Amino acid sequence: MIKFRLEKHSSPYWVRIIIPFAAILVTFLITSIILMVSHVNPIEAFYYFLVEPLSAKASLIEVLVKSTPLFLTGVAVSLAFASGYWNIGAEGQLIAGATAGAGIGMIVQGVSQWVGIPIMIIGGFLAGALWALLPAILKVKLSVDEIVTTLLMNYVILYLVSFLLNGPWKTTTNPGWPQSPEISLSTTFVKLIPKTRLHIGFVIALVIILVVWFLLTKTKLGYQMRASGIGRQAAYFTGINVNRTILISALLSGGIAGIAGAAEVGGIHYHLIEALSGGLGYTGIIIATLSALNPLAVIPSALFFGLIETGARSVSRALGTPIHLGGIVEGMLLLIILGAFLFQEYRIRRVKK
Amino acid sequence: MTDNSVMIIIVGLIAATLRVSTPLILGTIGELFCEKSGVLNLGIEGTMVIGAFIGFTVADATGSLWTGILVSILAGIIAGLLMSIMTVWLGVNQHVSGLGITLFLSAIASYGYRLVYGEPTTPPTLDGFSVVSILPDNLLVSRITNQYLLTYIALLLIPIIWFIVNKTRIGLWIRAVGENPEAVDAAGVNVYWTRTIALMIGGGFMALAGSFLSLAQLGAYTYGMIAGRGWVCIALIIFANWQPSRILWGAFLFGGASALQLRLQSLGIKVPYELFLSLPYLVTIAALALAGRSVTSPSSMLKPYRRE
Amino acid sequence: MNAVEMHNITKTFGDLTANNQVNFTVAEGEIHALLGENGAGKTTLMRILYGLYQADSGEIYLHDHKVEISSPNDAIKCGVGMVTQHFTLVSNLTVTENLLMSERKGFLLNIPDGRERILTTAKKFGIPIQPDTLVKHLSVGEKQRVEIFKALFRNARVLIMDEPTAVLVPQEIDQLMETLQNLRSQGFAIIFISHKLNEVMTICDRITVLRDGEMIGTVNKKDVTQEELAKMMVGRETFGISRESRKEEQQQIILDVKDLSAIDKKGHLALNNISFNIKKGEILGVAGVSGNGQSELAQALSGMLKPKSGSVLFKGKEISKCTPAEIIKVGIGRIPEERNTSVVNEMTVAENIVMEHIDEFTDNGLINKRKIMEICEKLIADFNIKAKPGDRIRTLSGGNMQKALLARVLYRKPELIIVSQPTRGLDVGATEYIRLKLLEQAKMGAAVLLFSEDLDEIFALSDRIAVIYEGRIMDIIPSTKATVEQVGLLMAGASK
Repeated sequence: MIKFRLEKHSSPYWVRIIIPFAAILVTFLITSIILMVSHVNPIEAFYYFLVEPLSAKASLIEVLVKSTPLFLTGVAVSLAFASGYWNIGAEGQLIAGATAGAGIGMIVQGVSQWVGIPIMIIGGFLAGALWALLPAILKVKLSVDEIVTTLLMNYVILYLVSFLLNGPWKTTTNPGWPQSPEISLSTTFVKLIPKTRLHIGFVIALVIILVVWFLLTKTKLGYQMRASGIGRQAAYFTGINVNRTILISALLSGGIAGIAGAAEVGGIHYHLIEALSGGLGYTGIIIATLSALNPLAVIPSALFFGLIETGARSVSRALGTPIHLGGIVEGMLLLIILGAFLFQEYRIRRVKK
Repeated sequence: MTDNSVMIIIVGLIAATLRVSTPLILGTIGELFCEKSGVLNLGIEGTMVIGAFIGFTVADATGSLWTGILVSILAGIIAGLLMSIMTVWLGVNQHVSGLGITLFLSAIASYGYRLVYGEPTTPPTLDGFSVVSILPDNLLVSRITNQYLLTYIALLLIPIIWFIVNKTRIGLWIRAVGENPEAVDAAGVNVYWTRTIALMIGGGFMALAGSFLSLAQLGAYTYGMIAGRGWVCIALIIFANWQPSRILWGAFLFGGASALQLRLQSLGIKVPYELFLSLPYLVTIAALALAGRSVTSPSSMLKPYRRE
Repeated sequence: MNAVEMHNITKTFGDLTANNQVNFTVAEGEIHALLGENGAGKTTLMRILYGLYQADSGEIYLHDHKVEISSPNDAIKCGVGMVTQHFTLVSNLTVTENLLMSERKGFLLNIPDGRERILTTAKKFGIPIQPDTLVKHLSVGEKQRVEIFKALFRNARVLIMDEPTAVLVPQEIDQLMETLQNLRSQGFAIIFISHKLNEVMTICDRITVLRDGEMIGTVNKKDVTQEELAKMMVGRETFGISRESRKEEQQQIILDVKDLSAIDKKGHLALNNISFNIKKGEILGVAGVSGNGQSELAQALSGMLKPKSGSVLFKGKEISKCTPAEIIKVGIGRIPEERNTSVVNEMTVAENIVMEHIDEFTDNGLINKRKIMEICEKLIADFNIKAKPGDRIRTLSGGNMQKALLARVLYRKPELIIVSQPTRGLDVGATEYIRLKLLEQAKMGAAVLLFSEDLDEIFALSDRIAVIYEGRIMDIIPSTKATVEQVGLLMAGASK
């Protein structure tokens, strides 16, 4: 009888390089099957998916716009994961930041944007960090698993937003589409390219990525975070205060996700709306995982996902496929790349008995 | 308020609790199988979504509700198999695998929904299951006993599951594998297949929870209808300390909080109803905090088994 | 007829010869001890008999039949059972459920039938069993009995017991002895792996001694004394580095441990009112077979295990409840036995070397990479580490990683160094180097607490030798007066 056995055997260098590309290829192959089932020509679809967005100036800019919040959620989650803290609550922390942004946008009036925008960012950061506080404390003090608590907090904030939009912040301008009052000009994010949706949040996001990279690689705190994440017991042995490090990491992570939310309100929507995020926090988790926790690698990953999101819309416009095609590709890519990462650590051996 | 109307409210609350708790009971049973065998399955949310979607679509297309239920269970089994391939056979980190599967299955459900129904202004509905009347309708208590067949099935399942887990050979192996896979391996039993079977059974139950929602409780499919119930199930297992018998209490607690918020709303109590909607989630977090210290999870959970 | 005959068994692991042409026979109805130190080859030999390893050469005969044993399943089919210190029992199941686990027929569990069969077997062999108790509610001794029973239930006639008394308290040991004697009288062949002389002398009929992979000899219990056995187990000349005799006596006590007790992770009492002290400039070697409390003592003194009671004074200050950070701060250097728990594998050599004192390499929160590189390069040169500062530390060989750990600790010139198994798994060159460094430190006035399973090392380096056995300090002897046999006896629990 022929049996198979999984043997631990690190793959040679060339296999490791090929694997990510092979994974992407497999993803697109499977996506093609789904497309064919939906009566869509895969080649046409991929043209609209990947090529078209990059070929026109307008859609290229849209890719950058879509990448902006992903830079932030991706690096926020990377930071937490790098310290060994599984922050699955980036989605809720983003929305908390957006809520703060909308609120600040209503209060701060009549000042220069160079004052208003920093206030938005700080407010978004604080709101996101606040939303991350409860699960972090429960983890550090009571060893409660942060995965479930951060997830649950994602749902709680949705109800808070619903309450605000149907209550104190209710506006009647658009009855079927609840939204908060429009934010002031002072807190509107400056556009990088006039008449487009690309706003200064893009630059802020890149700066924050650099700051996080600097934090993790060049500062003592970042060093302690990395040690706690990779080797918690060794870190504790050498005197690092692991609990304090995790707490700080969790709060920073929440804060950065909060900035993403504030930027979406300040730069794109100008109101708090219920469908503001639509999964940006979860996509951030995928990006962080695929970037292998390297903050700089978040940049190309987030851009790629921005491309997928824009491409999904472009395919949808051209061929009528649902925009959720983007989500399918993202989810599948994650699973296949995860499988591929591990596949390269093992080898299947035929065992003859 | 008269005594009678208080009674009516309480009876209504109990009835609603039973109804609302059903998907939680089913989902938690599903997750229990997975975790008992040593796998944390965060794919539960996505599996419930795909179960709701497939159940609804198939029932709509075939005109048969039970066909919808059966096909959705099949979808759940496949989802469980996928989770097994990732975490048991490939040994990928269980947290990320589960989340990835949830994202993937949710996206497939949303995509499929748009494909089949387009973008309707009101969510598609169908004639879902109706409640089963056991007692004559003029009795007050009949309001409690008029439940969906699936709710009764879910309640009956608890002792049946207890039996399977404790009195059958496969149940023994599942329990053993979650505590000490080396011992099971030493006894000549295949650890990988035992976990795979547990995940497949679990997936089936999770999908059934989803299709209960779309085919019975709501009779409709909407985007985001699962609303985090999968995560609540994960918390409920910790709360129940991995015992089948204690699942009911957690499910009733959460279901009761959900049912309560509707009742209080109808009484005109002037508190924002969103507060009540978030109450169940906050209660769950509080329960986790309290359970935090004295929790005994299956010892081999989160570690892929590899023979040294 | 002999129950077991192993002829010319040889087994190597890479460069290491674990068994070299070993001959071993066990008669039916006999309790036969396999005696030797750590690393003598006893466990390897028995793993070959049980099918966990395959010998490179040699043959095995069971009841005069030649057999091929390539897996534990084969061994069980041939009637060989093994009971180790790692119980393969599932703690949340009952005894019956555990015993039925390997049976495949039938969808439903027939517990009553299983219980019947168990009780019948129990009666037949005279071994008390409680079928309906959950394994987690059993004492360690009772769990071990279930493990023995598992083998009997599957029709074993040869029983291998690997260090069975290591996990038992005295009363349980008596019960175990009774059980084994009972089985012997029923014709079982029992192989008793041990390093404990008194037990071996109490219960065994014959004793085979292994040393460094060689079979030294087989003797009848009645024909031999404990001292003779100790000599066979341990007898070899010490060589290599040795401690020069010191003329001045440093009297100043730097570490004073009084009545220290601690519980290990499994809930057992690992340290039982330990008291000793160390003086400045002295090397105190703690000898003992692994599992007798050394790890827990090192951990307790390193801030990694909170003691149950007792006090530890370092330069007069109480440190028994300190965190690792505080222990580092008072100037104690620690080199633990498990390298994994003290280095972060994926980080670089440089990052690991400065980890305990990162504050000194930080300016305003920023890491001063230049300063770190400087010190790292200096240490790499000083300590002869074959690595670059930017290498991931997991890529280093065992010897180089150990040198890096040594460097991390020693360049701070600590006043007390706690070091465990410093040369385990290292080649001769690295071993010599590390021992020299430790001697150097002592010469400069540091106190060294050395835990080692290697008696050569203990004798080569120590001023005084403490022997730990079952969580107690048996005795502390000046090394000039100690002999290998004497220490060997203490390590094996023999009373003076």
